[in-house]
Amino acid sequence: MTPKMDLASQTAADAPVNASSAALGVSDRIDAMFAERKVAHARNRVIVSLLLRLLVYLGALLTAGVLAFIVGYILVMGVPYLTPSLFEWEYTSENVSLMPALVNTLIMAGLSLAMAVPLGVGSAIYLVEYAPRGSRFVGIVRTTTETLQGIPSIIYGLFGMLFFVTALHWNLSLLAGACTLAIMILPVIMRTSEEALLAVPDAYREGGFGLGAGRLRTVFRCVLPSAVPGILGGVILGLGRVVGEVAALLFTAGSIAQIPGFATEGLAAVFDSTRTLAVHMYVLASEGLHINETYATAVVLLVLVVLLNMLATFAARKMKKGNRDD
Amino acid sequence: MTEALVEKKASAQEVRVDGAIAYRPHVEVRHVNVGDSPVADAPAKMGVHGLDLYYKDFHALKNIELDFPQNQVTALIGPSGCGKSTLLKSLNRMNDLVEGCRIEGEITLDGKNAYRDVDINSLRRRVGMVFQQPNPFPMSVYDNIAFGPRTHGIKRREDLDQIVEQSLRDAAIWDELKDRLKKNALGLSGGQQQRLCIARALAVRPEVLLMDEATSALDPISTGKIEQLVGELKSKYTVIMVTHNMLQALRVSDKTAFFLLGEMVEAGSTDDIFTSPHDKRTEDYVSGRFG
Repeated sequence: MTPKMDLASQTAADAPVNASSAALGVSDRIDAMFAERKVAHARNRVIVSLLLRLLVYLGALLTAGVLAFIVGYILVMGVPYLTPSLFEWEYTSENVSLMPALVNTLIMAGLSLAMAVPLGVGSAIYLVEYAPRGSRFVGIVRTTTETLQGIPSIIYGLFGMLFFVTALHWNLSLLAGACTLAIMILPVIMRTSEEALLAVPDAYREGGFGLGAGRLRTVFRCVLPSAVPGILGGVILGLGRVVGEVAALLFTAGSIAQIPGFATEGLAAVFDSTRTLAVHMYVLASEGLHINETYATAVVLLVLVVLLNMLATFAARKMKKGNRDD
Repeated sequence: MTEALVEKKASAQEVRVDGAIAYRPHVEVRHVNVGDSPVADAPAKMGVHGLDLYYKDFHALKNIELDFPQNQVTALIGPSGCGKSTLLKSLNRMNDLVEGCRIEGEITLDGKNAYRDVDINSLRRRVGMVFQQPNPFPMSVYDNIAFGPRTHGIKRREDLDQIVEQSLRDAAIWDELKDRLKKNALGLSGGQQQRLCIARALAVRPEVLLMDEATSALDPISTGKIEQLVGELKSKYTVIMVTHNMLQALRVSDKTAFFLLGEMVEAGSTDDIFTSPHDKRTEDYVSGRFG
């Protein structure tokens, strides 16, 4: 090391005379910097990486632990009260059956997704594929949807009450609730679909256009298939919010624990008031008379959410496979 | 063909260091090899007349005047950013997709104005394109090839089967892929993907084939295969290629146009451009003095 250093200082001194040897000196000096810091740096690195590793493990453990505790707690408290009578078709104040709420949850989720998915995916397709890139309009819409995504659900509930329930005279009803939820999850689905479409490489679009395919065919055949998994991710997020929503529904769908009478009223039954599982739980818990049944309902809700997520994941994999192999 | 190509390649590489004049030796090889029709005789399949192209305020192409002779390979060469890819993309209106792109002047296909008198989708069918990065769709080999014909209304299974086989044969990749037609195209190697893309472009029966640095992402062996393929394709198609590789232009093309900073400096038969260029800048570029 010392001869090198000597050389370095020497050439540094003659630097103005000989530029190339000065460069050599700098290079040697840089070598010396590494040699000097080697030991101390290695020691520091071991300590820092150990510390970071501990922190990361701790974080993972805490998160998983809390989740496991919640699920475990609900299961322990709820499973013993999961009796067949909880699944009877009729809800009475003696037997707080969750069946009507379960069916209503599925109807509510189906209805709101049926409204929000085509709208959300459609507008995402417009924003990404049709609107001029980088246009001001797209920017405004994007900012708006981002803002809407962060608004608390009770605001949507208030809007739903003022508009659907009062102004349109739909009363507290399945339809008013589903529309409110559709508006609530629209930004989620829109944004995730937009991101999914933006992630599709332009090469696919060029490939489609280059073969003389129009925009419609290019979008639906070349671009959309690659975006489907991402879009489904957004749908799952939206579904989760629908199934877990209480505040917005209390204002718009009410809390009558009955399956809408599609059998007797036909389509007019969409104007019946309903309660979903989450609302059902809220009502039971606030009444305070059936706490054990509330826990049992929570178990069912938990299982339902897991099942729906699995279904969506399965669908995503199926679709992905459809355009990957075979 | 292959042998001659290899020979040409070898001789071209040997003389590279010596500069422009030293390219002469293999000119004879070229003629033995390719010389079906001298440049001057072939009628123009496509033409560019007084073309000015702007990206917003940037004047990307300046008053370009160029003909692309039928059944010949025309190479566009020049340093990065000189506008050669831009010109190529104007020929099948892919530039329409670029925001703020504006064109003045005329581009003709068989004498008709490609922007005014030809429907954009039929223009893109007739003027096919192969891109720099292989871009197969994320679907099966078969569906990739069948995409174009289906777009243009061919739906019968047996018709499609025929087109798929013929296109893959034309792209010299049938033997490699005939047992993998149902497999996803993304699983192929880069060279295979690019030849698949060529097959896909051929499947809609184009008249002109544009290749935008189609071999720059490939290894030398795949590049060699595609260069050989281009030599065979020109009996049926008019080929226009952009390349950064001057040796490639020399090996494959009949006509070469040299671009610099949005201007076309010089165009002529490939032999002339590489052996006796008129412009000093062309000479400097082809002899490797800059670029």
